[in-house]
Amino acid sequence: MLSEQNDKPAIHLSKIDFCWGSVSYDFRIRVKDFQLKKNESGILVGPSGAGKSTLLSLICGILRPQKGITQILGENIESMPDSQKDRFRADHMGIIFQQFNLVPYLSAIDNVLLPLYFSPDRREASGEIQSKTNDEAKRLLDALGIASKTLGMQKAATLSIGQQQRVAAARAFIGSPELIIADEPTSSLDEKNQTEFLDQLFKQKDATGASLLMVSHNKHIAKRFDRIIELEKICDISVKKEKVK
Amino acid sequence: MIILRLAWQSIMNRKFTTILTILSIAVSAMLLLGVEKVRTSARTSFINTISGTDLVVGARTGGVQLLLYSVFHIGDATANVTWKTVEDIKKRDEVKWIVPIALGDSHRGYRVVGTSSEYFKRFRYRRDIALQFVEGQKFSDLFDAVLGADVARALNYKIGDKIILAHGTGPISIGKDHGDTPFRVSGILASTGTPVDKAVHVSMEAIEAIHIGWETGAYTGQDNKKSVDDLRNMDLSPKAVTAAYIGLKSRMSTFSLQRWINTYPQEPITAILPGVVFGELWLMIGNVEKVLLIVSAMVVFTAILGMIISILASLNERRREMAILRSIGVKPIQVFALFTAEATTIAFLGVMIGFFGLYSILFLIQPFIENLTGLYMDITLPGWNEIKFMVMIMGAAVLAGIIPALRAYKTSLSDGLMIRG
Repeated sequence: MLSEQNDKPAIHLSKIDFCWGSVSYDFRIRVKDFQLKKNESGILVGPSGAGKSTLLSLICGILRPQKGITQILGENIESMPDSQKDRFRADHMGIIFQQFNLVPYLSAIDNVLLPLYFSPDRREASGEIQSKTNDEAKRLLDALGIASKTLGMQKAATLSIGQQQRVAAARAFIGSPELIIADEPTSSLDEKNQTEFLDQLFKQKDATGASLLMVSHNKHIAKRFDRIIELEKICDISVKKEKVK
Repeated sequence: MIILRLAWQSIMNRKFTTILTILSIAVSAMLLLGVEKVRTSARTSFINTISGTDLVVGARTGGVQLLLYSVFHIGDATANVTWKTVEDIKKRDEVKWIVPIALGDSHRGYRVVGTSSEYFKRFRYRRDIALQFVEGQKFSDLFDAVLGADVARALNYKIGDKIILAHGTGPISIGKDHGDTPFRVSGILASTGTPVDKAVHVSMEAIEAIHIGWETGAYTGQDNKKSVDDLRNMDLSPKAVTAAYIGLKSRMSTFSLQRWINTYPQEPITAILPGVVFGELWLMIGNVEKVLLIVSAMVVFTAILGMIISILASLNERRREMAILRSIGVKPIQVFALFTAEATTIAFLGVMIGFFGLYSILFLIQPFIENLTGLYMDITLPGWNEIKFMVMIMGAAVLAGIIPALRAYKTSLSDGLMIRG
């Protein structure tokens, strides 16, 4: 893991310029400077369609900006070849989606274990040998309120949305990645489940010392985060309107 | 390894459609391999119509024609071979045995084969299988006849039944038949799947006997009619044969004896190596097999097309799955590998089920097919051609699987973690 980079921020976007397409763009996002510190939790808020998911894709290295530097944990991911970026993401990031987070044909435990097959670093961090990684997956599931002995064995598709989100959180935390990215993970949950989910999410974040960047529309949960990041304040977004013929 | 595991679990998740896809590939593979099996069996059966005979000799003619009339009893000889010539050949040191064949008569559409008793000992088919009697025995009397299995079955003959031979080989006897010299069925042969099944065998002497008065080709014996007893007391040594099967002491001498026969000065005669001419003949009539193979290949193509359609149809609903995989560090090329692995697994299972299904069915129905058609399908380890076909189906399926895999690759690359559109 990147111990020598401890003083560096978890996320640092600098002079990013990205647009869909090249010359005549429909959507353009520019980020002058944005940082999320180590161990910090930030909630990214902004209206729908404003570019939150595009920003997350840039941070995850799925999209490549036309200009600018994306540093994750001190590493400039722009300079990495695609395959290295995939590996970097596997090693250092845990990602939770809004919904349908799990591979439907795998059991909850297998879903949690999945990232370890693609990240030797995280496999090592969670115990290397199969029995230990299994124990770690079960521990995380139990900690997140999913009974590993019963629900853990069920196919992901048979779990409720709330349960699926918790399994997704366990998958994001296994192997203790330094950065957790969550894209509106509570939007499909009711209030009670939202609260429970966030309680457990923060508990794990605190236990592993990970940084957390979460996108949400829900300003009620914002107070739980170290920082509220308003998209309009960190980004300059322009959308080209369709010409009316 | 994890990609293979994911592929397997994804397949198991779509059991119903996958089983149908696997079954369609299995059925098509079974058909293709079945056609190949029938083709090779038919070829082997055909080439082994006669085995253990090193040379077939007849009047000077083309090799195929000689084979057709002497072994398949199709068509007629242009001329006979004199008995003296047969005797001369028999005297050669290389010759172990010689069995004469006299054709020209028929019984209700079935060819009559005049031959010696040795025929039943020497004639071999398939891989050195001797003729077997299911009932009765070879000729013990001048007017005894031994029937092939099909003749006995079709005409419902039993041992002791009287039959009348007709002069000529048409389905209906034209002109006079040999009604004054009825034959007794002395034996019925077991089915062989060769032209023997469709032949009525009588002795050479019987052929001579029934043709007394026919020396000119038409019956002229009204004025000097012989009774059956008169005939028994006559010298019935054969004067000519249509062809003869020759067995040699050593196969090394096949070509030298063939050369000797082909240059025999007293009579224009031809000797052929049956195996070689069978091969030539098969080339001429074997085109049907190609048509069958093409039809089967089209069925395989349709099955593979079905597989691509089923994988492609699932692609859209699996975009979310691909985004999840991408989020945990799966590379687009690994997504490609996942889809290719699925297609390969489906194809592999299809081909294997097709292969074992075919052999199980063959094992069960082989005796029925042999009884019904005379076609003997040897259940042996798969031949090189069968392995080649299995590999080709697999290869085609894997190549076809690249189409959805490529689409999955592109989708996973463009979608990334977000599913748009």
